Amino acid sequence: MARRVLLIEDEPNIAEAIWFILNRDGCQVATLADGLGAAEAVRADRPDLVIVDLMLPGCSGLDVVKAIRADPATEAVPVLMLTAKGQGRDREAAEQAGVDRFMTKPFSNADMLASVRALLAR
Amino acid sequence: MPFDLLVLSCLAYVAFLFAVAFVAERRASMGRIGWLRSPLIYTLSLSIYCTAWTFYGAVGYAARSGLEFVTIYLGPTLVFVGWWLLLRKLVVIGRQQRVTSIADLISSRFGKSNLLGVVVTVIAVVAATPYIALQLQSVTLSFGVFASETPEGWALPDRDSTAIWVAGGLALFTILFGTRNLDAKEQHHGVVLAIAVEAVVKLAALLAVGIFVVWGLAGGPGEMMARIDASAIADWELMPGRWAGLIFVAGAAVICLPRMFQVMIVEDGEERHMARASWAFPLYLMLMSLFIVPIAVMGLERMPEGSNPDMFMLTLPLAEGQGALAMLAFLGGFSSATSMVIVESIALATMVSNHVVMPIWLRLRPKAAMSGDVRRIVILSRRLAIVAVLTLGYLYYRLSGGSTALASIGLIAFVGVAQVLPVLVGGLYWRGATRAGAVVGLVTGFVVWAYTLYLPSLGPGAALSVAVFEQGPAGIGWLRPQALFGVEGMDPLLHALIWSLALNTAGFCVVSLFTFPGPVERMQGAAFVNVFDTETAGPQGWARGRAEPEALLVMTQRILGKEAALAVFAAEARAQGKEGYLPDATPDFVAGLERRLAGSVGAATAHAMISQIVGRATVSVEDLMAVANETAQIMEYSAELESQREELTRTARQLREANEKLTQLSVQKDAFLSQISHELRTPMTSIRAFSEILTEGDLPPEMVAHYGRIIHDEAIRLTRLLDDLLDLSVLENGSVQLNLGLANLQQLIDRALAAASHTRPERIFIIHRDLPSENLFVRTDADRLVQVFINLISNARKYCDAAAPELKITVRQRAGRVSVDFADNGSGIPKESQAIIFEKFARLTDQTRAGGAGLGLAICREVMANLGGTIGYLPGQGGAAFRVTLPLRLEQKAA
Repeated sequence: MARRVLLIEDEPNIAEAIWFILNRDGCQVATLADGLGAAEAVRADRPDLVIVDLMLPGCSGLDVVKAIRADPATEAVPVLMLTAKGQGRDREAAEQAGVDRFMTKPFSNADMLASVRALLAR
Repeated sequence: MPFDLLVLSCLAYVAFLFAVAFVAERRASMGRIGWLRSPLIYTLSLSIYCTAWTFYGAVGYAARSGLEFVTIYLGPTLVFVGWWLLLRKLVVIGRQQRVTSIADLISSRFGKSNLLGVVVTVIAVVAATPYIALQLQSVTLSFGVFASETPEGWALPDRDSTAIWVAGGLALFTILFGTRNLDAKEQHHGVVLAIAVEAVVKLAALLAVGIFVVWGLAGGPGEMMARIDASAIADWELMPGRWAGLIFVAGAAVICLPRMFQVMIVEDGEERHMARASWAFPLYLMLMSLFIVPIAVMGLERMPEGSNPDMFMLTLPLAEGQGALAMLAFLGGFSSATSMVIVESIALATMVSNHVVMPIWLRLRPKAAMSGDVRRIVILSRRLAIVAVLTLGYLYYRLSGGSTALASIGLIAFVGVAQVLPVLVGGLYWRGATRAGAVVGLVTGFVVWAYTLYLPSLGPGAALSVAVFEQGPAGIGWLRPQALFGVEGMDPLLHALIWSLALNTAGFCVVSLFTFPGPVERMQGAAFVNVFDTETAGPQGWARGRAEPEALLVMTQRILGKEAALAVFAAEARAQGKEGYLPDATPDFVAGLERRLAGSVGAATAHAMISQIVGRATVSVEDLMAVANETAQIMEYSAELESQREELTRTARQLREANEKLTQLSVQKDAFLSQISHELRTPMTSIRAFSEILTEGDLPPEMVAHYGRIIHDEAIRLTRLLDDLLDLSVLENGSVQLNLGLANLQQLIDRALAAASHTRPERIFIIHRDLPSENLFVRTDADRLVQVFINLISNARKYCDAAAPELKITVRQRAGRVSVDFADNGSGIPKESQAIIFEKFARLTDQTRAGGAGLGLAICREVMANLGGTIGYLPGQGGAAFRVTLPLRLEQKAA
């Protein structure tokens, strides 16, 4: 059964690259361009993994993660966070919010794939 | 010697003095003061201490009372040698406070009290009358001596009318040279030089007669000494009490006499001159006294019994057939008398006009400080005062009968002016001295002096009846004028001296101890007592006053004259860094102005006049609080601490501000770096991911082409970002090179529209323009301006969310500036965002992604700043609207 991944990323080119990588690995990837309504989408679709960018239009990636973790129905979903800022402060904030893995842009496709596989294997 | 020749010689001598004084005035008025103010002239001017009394009277004194005459020279000598620190203090205070007379000094010290000024003036005038009478008497006597020598019994006017002529002539001379300048501090250079010349003449005359007597008559010094030993003078017994009293009173007089104060402090007042005079003046006195005893001895020996010893100076040479020497002696005596009368009446006239006439006049006409011609009133009152003083002297001369020994008249005056001494010394050294104490002391001393010495000197029955002398007033025995409190058998002079000064000092001290000084009084007291600690201390109390500079100028002009006043105000305005003639009426300036005016009209009057302008006659609560700071030192010290504290606070604030700015800059820099990191990493992410995908191969060709285009686009985006960053950096540094030239605005807008059409070319935009208004030439950097226009038009193309987008471009020209508005018909920028759109990376994140890095408007703002223009958001235009303004003609910045 195909693993379902929800990707929340405002940069269309980056979203397309990730979609390609995961899709080729057999994942079913849905994408959202902003954080508004992301938590609802998670509750409705129950994806196996959520990949969320830190800087999103509308609301921050951190808010999305907090909303997911606050809902008992979705609190167990693994979350991978991406960021282009890559400062230590952001990593700490992300871990406190309940992010399972934190990746800095730009990333190697292999690392991305390895992280996704590890999170899905849980 | 013919009497008419004598009168002619006198007139010639006076004319010579006129000439001397006139030349000196001319020199001074041309600013060539030079030696007119030198220690020599200063010392010679001090010689007005030696009047007809010391010229004629000393010989008579020696003939009557032996060596006692020396006391009159010893007193001043002791003061100048031993007490010159007091004199120095007086000189410094006189300069600082621009004191015009001793009355002004006392008034100023005790809170600018006009009452005290009046009291001291009255004492000085009354005490001076016997002294002036003495001069009139000596000149009249000397005329008489020559008259008796006139062979053909030349119709000589009687003594009284001679005295009137002398008094009138002296009044005229004094008025002519003493009241030409208003500001007593401007110094009467002419008068001072004339006095110095007279000082030389009288010394030369006395020495000439002395040498004639010792070598011509006695046959040498040895012979002379033998004759002195043989004469009655050698037998006079020394009376220690009287000697001490006389030395003291002479010392007091040299400080307190109005004319001594005038030449010592008002006319010159330089410490270094005072230092020289401290030995030179005693030397002059010694020379003046050198031949007194020989002349007296020879006079007693040679002259017939009953001849007036006061006139030995003249009668001795005449009897020996030395007409020329007698003439010289006459001129010496004439010099002594005239110099004294001139300076004395100038000093008294200044007091009378400043402390009596002016205050009354100001009270009668409250707005007079602004309206009347103060100078005219002051000068008129001084001239009248001179006439009045000489008239009083003449009246005393008539009343006393004109026959008393010269020396005893002089001593009456000495004891009178000595009444000022306790208050003067107390005022200089005792901060607890109060105005009430000073008034009580002065009035007590004056009354006792008048009752015990002055009125009796007019003779029994003249002012006090014989019964009062013998039984006391209304039969009260212990109030007899010459046996006060039952003290009998005492020398009348010593009796008066001791009682008047003792009661004076006691009254002054006791009342001072039991009264509390007012605020101005306390400040002035501190300024006087601590004059050497606080060189700048002076009249204070205008701290909260509000003065119109123009009103002050008008008033100052009335007192100092137009040019002098304008010069003062212009100098102050310049010092304050202002143009023109009207400085701010700062408390310092008003206080300085008051001191300056005080130099003309006295401290109390100046204070009153300034009060009228400042609109506050009394001292405010704030001033009281300031005065409560007890001493001038504490005030000074605390002011110093205050300024140090303020400086520290200021430094700390500057440091804090610098630190805040640095912190802010650091935060901004972090945020900026973080933003740049994000903006760089985002395209890098796509490029890296797709290049890895492409490297793995195994893709259909259309996918390869698609991903290749993405990599290309992102690489372009990256390059543009770096270009923008570099551009912004250059613009922000101000190191941008502008390429200025004339350009047609319409063509620039055409270029911008064409370039911007590449942004979202699929959108059809309707552009509204008014071409005629755009048809103007601007001198600017055309490429940079077009860059801004492109940015704005591209933004409209990217973000305008209207279904049928429109852009309206409006050009206006006004006052050398051009404004260009770009307004679209979209939904505009929300109010809360309008403030940040010109910040770096302020791209509004909820807008459609349009490929920019968020530096566009930041760059526009920097460009416009470099072009001398502005860019701003125009709210309320329906859509997003920006206005660019720029100068029509931008000038090249000076490199």
